[in-house]
Amino acid sequence: MTALVGVVRAPVTVSRRYLAAGTFIALGLIDIFVFGLFAHRGDAVFALSLPGATPHVPSIRVPGAATCYVLGAISVGLGVLRAVVDVSLRAKRLTIAIVLLCFLLSLLSWADAGNSVGALEVVDLLQGTLIASIPLVLGALAGLLGERAGVINIAIEGQLLFGAFTAAAVASVTGGVWYGLIGGSLAGGLLGALLAIFAIMFLVDQIIVGVVLNVIALGLTNYLYNRVMVPYAATFNAGNTFGTIKVPVLSNIPIIGPVFFDSNVFLYITYALILVIQIALFRTRWGLRVRAVGEHPTAADTVGIRVLWTRYRNVILGGLVAGIGGAYLTVGSVGFFTSDISSGFGYIALAAMIFGRWTPLGSVAAALLFGFSFQLQTELSVLRVPVSSFILLMVPYVATIIAVAGLVGRVRPPAADGKPYVKA
Amino acid sequence: MTDQHEAEPPAASPATATTQDAAAPEPAQPRGRLPLTGNMIIQAVTEGHSVVLTILAVFVALLAGAVLIVASDPTVLHAWASFSYAPGAAFSDTWSSVAAAYSALFEGSVFSPATVSAAFHGGSIAAIFYPLSLTAFEATPLILTGLSVAVAFRAGMFNIGAAGQWVGGAVVATWLGYAVHLPIVLHAVVCIVGAFAGGALIGWIVGFVKARTGAHEVILTIMLNYVMYNFLAFVLTSHNLMQAPGQSNAVAPNIAGSATLPHVGGPPPQVGVGFLIALAAAAATAWLLSRSTLGFQFRTVGASPSAARSAGISVERVWVLAFLIAGGLAGLSAATIVQGQPAPLTTNSYGTYGFDGITVALLGRSRPFGVVLAGLLFGALNGGGTVMEAATGVPADVVDVIKGLIVLLVAAPPLIRLLFRLRGTGGTGPQAVAPKGWSA
Repeated sequence: MTALVGVVRAPVTVSRRYLAAGTFIALGLIDIFVFGLFAHRGDAVFALSLPGATPHVPSIRVPGAATCYVLGAISVGLGVLRAVVDVSLRAKRLTIAIVLLCFLLSLLSWADAGNSVGALEVVDLLQGTLIASIPLVLGALAGLLGERAGVINIAIEGQLLFGAFTAAAVASVTGGVWYGLIGGSLAGGLLGALLAIFAIMFLVDQIIVGVVLNVIALGLTNYLYNRVMVPYAATFNAGNTFGTIKVPVLSNIPIIGPVFFDSNVFLYITYALILVIQIALFRTRWGLRVRAVGEHPTAADTVGIRVLWTRYRNVILGGLVAGIGGAYLTVGSVGFFTSDISSGFGYIALAAMIFGRWTPLGSVAAALLFGFSFQLQTELSVLRVPVSSFILLMVPYVATIIAVAGLVGRVRPPAADGKPYVKA
Repeated sequence: MTDQHEAEPPAASPATATTQDAAAPEPAQPRGRLPLTGNMIIQAVTEGHSVVLTILAVFVALLAGAVLIVASDPTVLHAWASFSYAPGAAFSDTWSSVAAAYSALFEGSVFSPATVSAAFHGGSIAAIFYPLSLTAFEATPLILTGLSVAVAFRAGMFNIGAAGQWVGGAVVATWLGYAVHLPIVLHAVVCIVGAFAGGALIGWIVGFVKARTGAHEVILTIMLNYVMYNFLAFVLTSHNLMQAPGQSNAVAPNIAGSATLPHVGGPPPQVGVGFLIALAAAAATAWLLSRSTLGFQFRTVGASPSAARSAGISVERVWVLAFLIAGGLAGLSAATIVQGQPAPLTTNSYGTYGFDGITVALLGRSRPFGVVLAGLLFGALNGGGTVMEAATGVPADVVDVIKGLIVLLVAAPPLIRLLFRLRGTGGTGPQAVAPKGWSA
């Protein structure tokens, strides 16, 4: 894993080192001077189990302002360390993680310090994070499958939307949610196939095809929704959903159990897909060939790998995965399809994939960050924190811009990403 | 549209660009291998000239839209279910379903015969031109966002951020519109300039960050769109910022009457000053791209950044300026809506102008004149779609499918060629002006 990430790593310049250090120090100063100074008097309480959960874990109680000062000091210290010492890649990643964690914890301490509404429900926050991340993770994995083979997939949004629509309709007509899931997946795959045909056979610019497919998917689902689903809702949009599956033993573990092992089938499918795609891409001959096609198609062709076939297959596979993510939006959560239900998740998934540097685990981490910020916004509005929820919703996008520009710097996509392959 | 033969820089030097002056008389310019008009037309059709390809794409997309309308019409489906009893009814119902929808679309966007007969019987003559004015009205913001995307395309970049830049312009124009008090013409002009500046600022951020850090503009613009949507919601829900007094909804105050763009008579929507602004912006963009030094630099960077760099052009400066101008054009689009419509700014005002701008720019092949035509076509489809929905109950969303299909087909000339068995290889898709991949 490390060796492979090393290949994808961009050369780190001196200015970037200081940029990272500066960002760390800036975040640390925000911890101290914004969250620390403006925190209300009193303790911040973190509830570690849901109300009424059987193995009850006691809540953590910390002084609000003091926590922010300590966490901020740690961030500033790490920033200074990064500016002075050149550390290894692994240590760099660790420092980024620590600084971000400090930032989040001080934000939460600030929000809950002396809060009269109640404790911050940590389990609820994490549970919601995971659930909100499902479509983002699946969308990012879909994008990654295509891009590792050299085909840019901007159509993730359309695949999610079309998958969501088809899943709701199929589940409603057949009465079986599993049919809905399969139908949604196939719908995503169909859009994937269209993307592949236009990008690979007709050599249309891949970003253009993607954007246009999104337009078509939005128009088509809106049209059919207004024309068929609204007047015949009982038949086509009955709102079937999957039930919750508790994993027998694991779901009883405090904190971890309710967060990871008490959800519907989509979360478990997501775990499986993350694992399968990570291993397949980096540990198998199949993955080596896919990456070869994405990096240097001519060389891959020379050694007998079928470049175009690999690309077709991967883009369609990606579509199938994104379709599952779309199915989650309807049969996996609310049941009903509504107009533009994917509401930009596909684009956020794309950002997560780039943020995660075209690796499954990196994309998952980035998707979790987005999911966390969505859920955090919900939790903070429950606590009636006096910050406009729109400012909070802005944070992940600003963070992505900062990350792409500063901390992550020049991300290097697969070398042949977006370039059609024409045999010489 | 017709200038597919126009060589892209750096193949064309500035000198050849100036010899193609529009003022030059026709005979002085032998147009290559096609001497006679008749032959030229035949050859254009059989070989698939880009204009012909576009017309065929529109035709195929309308056909696909018709299939969609028919396949979801319960009357038609019933008629086909009883095909064995009454085969004639199946065909006639199919025909009448499509004909009703598309004639409503046409009458809503171009010309309605009923208004002519009404005019002869004492009705209003102006009513004849109402559908066309609706088209121009709908086309106005699309032309401007289309130009925004086109300018970035020509400089080799993909501007998915016209929506965010639109919001930037809208916020500034609205604020100047209700918070500042100025005399009548000056106020409108100040608002328009402010909208340009607001959009340009958001565009500049993209260009600046890209030039400084190499972050890809697609990801930057997508993220900035969401930042701006939330920013708009934030300012419209904050009492001390832009929320209208006494309102609990996310809505801005109405702008002052002195800041509104006048209409050419009648109730809105009518052709207003906004449409003239769009045309002027198209002319200015055309001048910028094909006549100015800066435009030459844009196109050179668009054709090959490395070649431009070795020719002494500052690629980073071009990125920043191209996005600055692109953002400003998207801001102008916002001005035509904020100042041209009676409704105040809300969180839904941005509509789909930004993303429609991409399709308009693609269909117009990133040429300002083409963008105007494409904007008019899409404006006609939008305006007509609303009328169609009201008249026949067919949801106007089918128009979005048609628009998407048109662009998809235009982008893939080989497919149209395959469908209509055309010879030749001319008429490249818009990928000729688009960047390739993430590392462009």
